[in-house]
Amino acid sequence: MAIPFLPAEMPATADTPAADHVIVFQDVAIAFEDKMVLDGVSFDLPRGETKALFGVAGSGKSTILKLALGLIKPDRGHIWVLGQDITQMKEQELFELRRRVGIVFQESALFDSLTVRENVAFRLMEEGKIPEEEVEKRVREALSFVELERTIEMFPAELSGGMRRRVAIARAIITQPEVLLYDSPTGGLDPVTSTTIVELIVKQRDVYKTSALLVTHRLQDAFIMATHRFDRNTNHMERIPKGERGEVPMTFLLLRDGKVIFDGDAHQLATTRDEYIREYIS
Amino acid sequence: MAAGDLLSNIELISPSEFAKRKIASIQEYSILAMQSVANIFRRPLYVADLVQQADLVGFGSLPIVLASVFFTGAALALNSATSLSRFGATTVIGQLVSIGIVRELGPVLAGLVVAGRNASGMASELGSMVVTEQIDAMRALGTDPLKKLVTPRVVATVVMMFFLTILGDFMGLLGGSFVATLLLGLDSHEYWSNAWQTLVFSDVFMGLSKPLVFGFLVATVGCYYGLSTKGGTQGVGRATTEAVVTSMILIIVVDVFVTRFLMVILGS
Repeated sequence: MAIPFLPAEMPATADTPAADHVIVFQDVAIAFEDKMVLDGVSFDLPRGETKALFGVAGSGKSTILKLALGLIKPDRGHIWVLGQDITQMKEQELFELRRRVGIVFQESALFDSLTVRENVAFRLMEEGKIPEEEVEKRVREALSFVELERTIEMFPAELSGGMRRRVAIARAIITQPEVLLYDSPTGGLDPVTSTTIVELIVKQRDVYKTSALLVTHRLQDAFIMATHRFDRNTNHMERIPKGERGEVPMTFLLLRDGKVIFDGDAHQLATTRDEYIREYIS
Repeated sequence: MAAGDLLSNIELISPSEFAKRKIASIQEYSILAMQSVANIFRRPLYVADLVQQADLVGFGSLPIVLASVFFTGAALALNSATSLSRFGATTVIGQLVSIGIVRELGPVLAGLVVAGRNASGMASELGSMVVTEQIDAMRALGTDPLKKLVTPRVVATVVMMFFLTILGDFMGLLGGSFVATLLLGLDSHEYWSNAWQTLVFSDVFMGLSKPLVFGFLVATVGCYYGLSTKGGTQGVGRATTEAVVTSMILIIVVDVFVTRFLMVILGS
């Protein structure tokens, strides 16, 4: 059921990936200690779209995010991020590119020794070109987006798991990146907190039109994203009427044994005849 | 658990694979060590991090360095007195303690103490950051962890080791002085005069060159094991132990080569 990784309009050369695709994986393979984790994975993420990655534990979902950020290199294949082939780039060159990509790690990965303010402002402070007043304003804006302004002086150890995820989202969006990578943002959280995080992801998708790759174990979270949109007037997400659901830029990608076995929208996923996928989503 | 189960959990690797891994480790360590130095000349400079590390390494280690060298100086004086009294030469205790502490024991003891305290601290701190993905987060946020975390630790440890050794040397001589005057009844002025006058340029140069090398070893080994941590919290514990053991052994082994090298250079 996997769709071809390169649409017809995309030139199949290493130098010129389509401009409207923010991430392109082409025949990517990687093994850890002789165990093949990804084997010929190909997909693309068009600009403005959110793609949810599924698969059983150890299927390589988080590895895809790390590859997309250049944190690890593939053994084979090519990865384009924002038009650049990152498989050929050195670490110093990647630092520039990573400024345009945000990531929310599985366990938040906030810096223990820094306050919430310093964590969220980290990227801006490192750039060192922005006046302190501007940094403070943007930190408060980002924390206001995740509704955690009151925690600005606190340390990560003083926050709950859900609050840490929200601070991690604030840290990822402070520079308004073109692509966001979410690694199990609702993993281990209670249903109410999970819904809050899902709402923030939907808000980021619909308000700022940010492209995103989302790794999750919770199918229901991805279906909520596919069936809801953010209402700026009520500041909450709302269910989309059935006839308009196709308008949501949301697709699903399923991995099995290191290969892509499905890449399509919610309707295609719900109507698939593949036994494994039907069992997985049931 | 049966012995068979225990054995089945032990990873068996071939000698060639073992050699490959060790060579790869040395290569990775060398790259980290070289980059930690090269980063000194690249912007941005993390001055606040450097000062914080200098405080941790320098002031944090000060009491134990001073205490350990003080009592070693005292013990050296006691042991020397036993041997020297046979020849009626207890008056040269000051010279013996001075040479021993300044050329050898001061730098080595300070190095071992700083290794025990700081190589473990660096390995566990950076190791914890690795297993909680904070290092990946730092890279993802566009910051080079080697520049932000390793270089300040290396520079701070090298600089602080230098000053810790100077203060440690003084405390070692003071320890010797206490034994010489209070237990052996020697004249304090004579002890200090002997201790001072016996030192020549090569002794001081050797004594103050070694801490620079030891400081570099302690910080780079601690950071290397920390950043190479694998396997969760258990891995952090393993990295910490390996960092301390390796840095201590390296200090003792490298000391021999540095001593010989400086003797050749200085002609002493």
